[in-house]
Amino acid sequence: MSTLQVELVAADRKVWEGPANQVSARSIDGDLGILPGHQPILAVLVQGEVRIHHDGTVGTAVIDNGFLSVNKDVVTIVAEDVDASKLGA
Amino acid sequence: MGAQIREYRQRIRSVSATKKITRAMELMAASRVVKAQQAVRESTPYARALTRAVSAVATFSNEDHPLTSEKEDVKQAAVLIIAADRGLAGGYNSNVLKESERLVARLVDEGKEVRAYLVGRRAVNFYTFRRRDFVAEWTGFTEKPTFENAREIGEKIVADITDPDPDSIDEVHVVYTRFVSMVTQEPQVIRLLPLEVVEGEEKPAKEDLLPLYSFEPSAEGVLDALLPKYVNARLFNCLLQAAASELAARQRAMKSATDNAEELIRKYTRLANQARQAEITQEISEIVGGASALAESK
Repeated sequence: MSTLQVELVAADRKVWEGPANQVSARSIDGDLGILPGHQPILAVLVQGEVRIHHDGTVGTAVIDNGFLSVNKDVVTIVAEDVDASKLGA
Repeated sequence: MGAQIREYRQRIRSVSATKKITRAMELMAASRVVKAQQAVRESTPYARALTRAVSAVATFSNEDHPLTSEKEDVKQAAVLIIAADRGLAGGYNSNVLKESERLVARLVDEGKEVRAYLVGRRAVNFYTFRRRDFVAEWTGFTEKPTFENAREIGEKIVADITDPDPDSIDEVHVVYTRFVSMVTQEPQVIRLLPLEVVEGEEKPAKEDLLPLYSFEPSAEGVLDALLPKYVNARLFNCLLQAAASELAARQRAMKSATDNAEELIRKYTRLANQARQAEITQEISEIVGGASALAESK
């Protein structure tokens, strides 16, 4: 199974970048889970946690409202403020 | 004679003190300009992601968003002037303000009423000194703007332009200084609102052009959420570039001030030496003259 390439971008820098098997975030319409092969989507996110699953470990980052775009297994999560302190490496 | 030397020495002392200050400011600006440039670079991933997203939505939605639709007759135009909090940066402030004056004159010529929004104490002083009105001011961060600052400005502007009151502003122009390189910074005018999406320096490459996105909640909903962010991101970029330009201009101004101080010190040292030498020469000739007068009188 292919993996997702995840980018976490805050207003003033790129916070984190890495591979993942699954990403889940809270969009305006409810929780949203992204697996590899997801169709291209642009979703507005509300304040909350983004969970990035990779090889059995789960990293979380707290974002304020932002958006998420998926295109060809590249997931870009963009928010003005990103707290990625609980996200390893 | 002695008084002259003392005066020169005094001048040398005072110029050296000035030189120390300008040198310190030069070094400070030099170290901060690097950080400012880095901040500009680090903000590009965000701007790029937003630009791509906004252009993706914009092509799918024909919705007339208040931030993108052009009004037919524009009565009130807002001008956001980004200057510095402090002077001592060569022509930096006056260049921006001159450019803004040109823009204001042009807008008035077009029959628009101009509302000023000011960033930086220098711009505020410029307006208060001329007893002109302005709508809002933001000061105290021009050397090191944060995203928070950009958001504050963006929220105010977006709120004003979406205000349904016919007396509210219809378009927004920004005057800032673009950072071209360490030696060149150009004052620049951009029209921020209504937005022209998909302009900009970075066009996405052909192959990754616009996949068929699905939108959540809806194309309009996404556009509503994204456009204000896009405005903020552009403002943030303007603020960062202006900050880098300000520091680069200050560094250059302080470098030439330091050079001038050195030149002055050299000049006064020469003069002081000359005066001292003249004094010695005069003393000698007085002694010789006195001695020979004594010898002759014998």
